[in-house]
Amino acid sequence: MSVDTVSLSGWGRTAPTTAVRFRPRTHEEAAAAVRGRGPRGVIARGLGRSPGDAAQNAGGSVLDLTGLARIGGVDASGALHCDAGVSLERLLRVLLPLGWLPPVVPGTGRVTVGGAIASDLPGLDHRRSGSFARHVSALELLTADGEVRTVLPGTALFDATAGGLGLTGVILGATLRLRRVPTALMSVSTERAEDLDDLLARFTAGGDRLPYASAWIDLTARGRATGRGILTRGEHATPDMRPAHAGRTLLSPRSGGARGRFRLPGCPPVPGGLFGPAPAALYNEVRYRGAPRARTGELRPVGAFFHAADAYPDANLLYGRGGLVRYRFTVGYGQEETLHRVVRRIAGRRGPAVRAVLQRFGAADPGGLSFAAPGWSLALDLPAALPGLARFLDDVDEEVAAAGGRVCLAKDSRMRPEAAAAMYPGLAGFQELRARLDPTEAFRSDLSRRLGL
Amino acid sequence: MKDAFGAPQSLLVLGGTSEIALATARRLIALRTRRVWLAGRPSPALESAAAELRGRGADVRTVDFDALDSASHEVVLGKVFAEGDIDVVLMAFGVLGDQARDEEEPMAAVRVAQTNYTGAVSAGLVCAGALQAQGHGSLVVLSSVAGERARRADFIYGSSKAGLDAFAQGLGDALQGTGVQVMVVRPGFVRTRATAGRPEQPLATGPEEVAAAIVTGLRRRSETVWVPGSLRVVMAALRHVPRPLFRRLPV
Repeated sequence: MSVDTVSLSGWGRTAPTTAVRFRPRTHEEAAAAVRGRGPRGVIARGLGRSPGDAAQNAGGSVLDLTGLARIGGVDASGALHCDAGVSLERLLRVLLPLGWLPPVVPGTGRVTVGGAIASDLPGLDHRRSGSFARHVSALELLTADGEVRTVLPGTALFDATAGGLGLTGVILGATLRLRRVPTALMSVSTERAEDLDDLLARFTAGGDRLPYASAWIDLTARGRATGRGILTRGEHATPDMRPAHAGRTLLSPRSGGARGRFRLPGCPPVPGGLFGPAPAALYNEVRYRGAPRARTGELRPVGAFFHAADAYPDANLLYGRGGLVRYRFTVGYGQEETLHRVVRRIAGRRGPAVRAVLQRFGAADPGGLSFAAPGWSLALDLPAALPGLARFLDDVDEEVAAAGGRVCLAKDSRMRPEAAAAMYPGLAGFQELRARLDPTEAFRSDLSRRLGL
Repeated sequence: MKDAFGAPQSLLVLGGTSEIALATARRLIALRTRRVWLAGRPSPALESAAAELRGRGADVRTVDFDALDSASHEVVLGKVFAEGDIDVVLMAFGVLGDQARDEEEPMAAVRVAQTNYTGAVSAGLVCAGALQAQGHGSLVVLSSVAGERARRADFIYGSSKAGLDAFAQGLGDALQGTGVQVMVVRPGFVRTRATAGRPEQPLATGPEEVAAAIVTGLRRRSETVWVPGSLRVVMAALRHVPRPLFRRLPV
């Protein structure tokens, strides 16, 4: 097990802190690191893609689990056991040729199975499938006493661990229920929406015939075009949809999109000031105009469809030295007016918002701190150096809370503790369970310290 | 913990009656700060400062701290850190002295040096150690532009700040990679109670401007902050003026 002292930050590169990093290769080594923890506790870390401070632990220990990355065999019913450190990208690459898919595929593949459970990530088909932890049939949890427990769905500990931000223990492995897919291709329909009303209407109009849906919103467009965007929906392509010239074998890794095929070469960091409102507006304009007005039946490899955002691997460096802040919130159906107001306010600020994703959620997940709730979800990235952003986001917090919505904890790097308590009614139960199971607070992160979780 | 914008949740002020420090505390309380420790010699001024900050919604506590009593720093500050993480330590104590009198009375000059330099060295090292143990935090050191180049008019004060400035820079380099940031703040002439009645110098500022610069510096994780910012350029030039000429300058 390698041990070093490193300065860690989230993908947003804000608020770095220093911790002792352990890289266990076996469950025993992980248990030894938890038992030998110092007074400032321990937290698990995967690929470090959480934009905030969820996977760092100032002055304590951080367990980097990317070394625990074995994938077991898939049984006939589609159950798969794998270690927590396996990335979804790798899982996709391994499983797709076999005709299986991870049950929920979030917007980036660079997230570990453990991270996906601890953040209870929602996928693009949340209305149908719910979040990631709903498809976990068992998980191995290393608790404060250094014991590995098998935790089954339906128990209080499972619900606290799903979306529990790693504060109930270290997830070492999980059994997932996979989804059968007919081909490694997606049939994608794309349409352009002129404004936010149009976008929401198109979102709702199609029903759930195409289960995977998300939209990009142009947050730099103002006036009548405020909230215009591109709606992308897809379903798994069936063999008869395949064009004659498509790959020799349907499920071959090549048509599944091997790693590296969509990757652009890395770009050196751009000084923060250069990536200002004008280039962002120009980029958004080109992106919007470049999208087809309406197109259906386009075939895309699964990897390219779900992980289009991974095509540019170091996008966080674009936001300059100050790093980026990701803001993700959800408001219920019927609260579209709040969504409108927030979009108008962001557009009015002329911030260089390039990445902004709108999704639709279905029924809430059982996890105590799970983010997804029925309604609309908007995620956006802004440079942390943007003047006045701190106060602006506080105001948006209030607006979201007043509408009964919530802000995603796994992505947070700046919320007020009071706001978190108000948005998550399950927090009190979560804290009570934690106090009972882990009275010494063995599992702690900068996020839990900051928000008093 | 500090948030993505460098706004701390807890603040320790060494020199709890300093106007610059209190202006900074007010700004930080308006952002995220909930716990404030004011360290200083017990006085009505310290208590009224604490009461004022309490009125703004912070949980404020005072602690007896004497910069001249270096031996006590470890115990006094150790107790503060034992109560919970401190995200930002603001070292704001210091005395201006009276140049003319200090030149006559060496012991008075020594007192200036001991407060501004020796006291800051021991308190700075104690705080740096505690911050390093918690793996995060910022140490904000109020230096002065007077330490950048010695002037006839205030070289006793200037020399003590020069020592403090060099100490803080070196400490910042030593703590590189430990998660602790040391920020050196070099204000020019600041209009406060201490400087009342003194002839005002060019590029003078008030405590609010210095406080704003400190908050911005925390957000940007700066290492050096000049207030006003133009002093950086001015001092870069003045630093290289030949001494015979510098002596004759009306600064």
